[in-house]
Amino acid sequence: MLTPVVDDDGAPFWEYAARGELRIQACARQDCGELRFPPRPCCPHCQSFESEWRRMSGKGRIWSYVVPHPPLLPDYAEQAPYGVIVVELAEAPRIRLVGNLVSGPGAPLNSVPAERIRIGAKVQVVFGHGGQGGKGGHGRDGKDGGDGADDGGGAGPLPQWVLERP
Amino acid sequence: MAGLAGLKDATAVVGIGQTAFAKQLPESEKTLACRAVLAALDDAGIAPSEVDALASYTMEETDEVELAKSIGAGDLTFFSKVGYGGGGSCATVAHLATAIATGQATVGVAWRSRKRGSGPRPWKNTTVQLPTPAQWTRPFGLLRPADEIAMLTRRYMHEYGATRDHLFNVALACRNRANQNPAAIMYERPLTREMYMTSRWISEPLCLFDNCLETDGALACVIVSKERARDCRRRPVYVHSAGQGLPAQHHGMVNYWNDDPLTGPAWTAARHLWKHADFAPGDVDVAQIYDAFTALIPLSLEGYGFCGRGEGGAFTEGGALEIGGRLPVNTSGGGLSEAYVHGFNLINEGVKQLRGTSTAQVPDAATCLVTAGEGVPTSALLLRS
Repeated sequence: MLTPVVDDDGAPFWEYAARGELRIQACARQDCGELRFPPRPCCPHCQSFESEWRRMSGKGRIWSYVVPHPPLLPDYAEQAPYGVIVVELAEAPRIRLVGNLVSGPGAPLNSVPAERIRIGAKVQVVFGHGGQGGKGGHGRDGKDGGDGADDGGGAGPLPQWVLERP
Repeated sequence: MAGLAGLKDATAVVGIGQTAFAKQLPESEKTLACRAVLAALDDAGIAPSEVDALASYTMEETDEVELAKSIGAGDLTFFSKVGYGGGGSCATVAHLATAIATGQATVGVAWRSRKRGSGPRPWKNTTVQLPTPAQWTRPFGLLRPADEIAMLTRRYMHEYGATRDHLFNVALACRNRANQNPAAIMYERPLTREMYMTSRWISEPLCLFDNCLETDGALACVIVSKERARDCRRRPVYVHSAGQGLPAQHHGMVNYWNDDPLTGPAWTAARHLWKHADFAPGDVDVAQIYDAFTALIPLSLEGYGFCGRGEGGAFTEGGALEIGGRLPVNTSGGGLSEAYVHGFNLINEGVKQLRGTSTAQVPDAATCLVTAGEGVPTSALLLRS
């Protein structure tokens, strides 16, 4: 399976994910505070280079999905057909994450039949393994734990999504 | 505004050339590039030693040094490469037109040579990342351009009620034109609705026939000033208007992260294109619309103003895209059924239509829109005879 090829801007996302936290980059300038994704060096709204990583509730809705069939890379072909979803986050519908709808943390890409995927379905983030307890936790405002993970992180477990009402 | 009128009809395409198209051609990309360029210069009646400008794609493997020294080009004073794969096709011509109109060069050649048929599929290379934010998409199994565009297609169908029949209308129109074009890979291969509806999936909701061909081949065209064009061998086809488009907060082919992902680069290119044109979408006789995937056609029809937002699917009904329809498209068969060479065959087909030499000629065609890849930073041309 492909692991994320992490860049400087994206590294904090994956470090938090490794701890089981879904955090999104936000402008840290007081009168701005806009969320942005994918992460980037400065705020496209106010041009500030100050940013923080704001914890999300981990709740969202399916915005769209596809079901890839081979030819695919071997690890993916083995699980095909599988669903890939785009989730719009409850707190910020413009912030959308690509992911997989699974039956539970760490379950394979095809663990929820593609026929069950619906645009608009409510979903909740989970983290496969290595995270500190599955769920993303509830919307505190990002003032906690600001300076990133210290475990050298890179790409830990990927965020996955389960149906809120399976 | 006087300066802004500088590009309108100031230059013309006076030569086009191409190699054969096939799943597998024996010659190298460099050799194919040279053949296409020399054919285009011969078509124009211009000696290679007069070439002083080149333009191609950043994904083109044959660079200017190699091409220029092989064909015997003169001293080059302008050379340019455009990024974003098929989004750069029309921009190669636009850059040359701009250079010639501003006096930076006199004879420009744009080209694309690619062995995508026999060569590797780019998405299989997991060490070299495509110019997309791969860390946010690829680990989850969104691996190929087909997957990335299928995601927008599903949302488009959901929001506007577009159907697979609409996508089939696109595939069928392209195939019907290819069936008229002996150079097309699908020349002798008709398509039926049953074949379409029962074909294998590539990435649901896109099936096999929603995807372009995988082709070896090369094409080129020659651009000169309108004054020089009068002395050339063929009837000039004028570059009436040209534009590139990279919208604010656009994210490339995985454009999932802005307010309105279904308003793609076509909208930006179109605004510029029409602002500088003497005619409007309703005056376009024939269009060559980039078709790496069928869904790009309805999205582009909306972006370039042929119908309202969300109406691109319905626009394809009633044979609208066929010869005699509201807007005949991809009259050589396009990327779906003639050849997929990053959209360069669409440029040359636009020229053929305005010369009156297409294998699926639209009677008295005098205006043609040519577009580059929608869904990535793009470009477009309005050509007129």
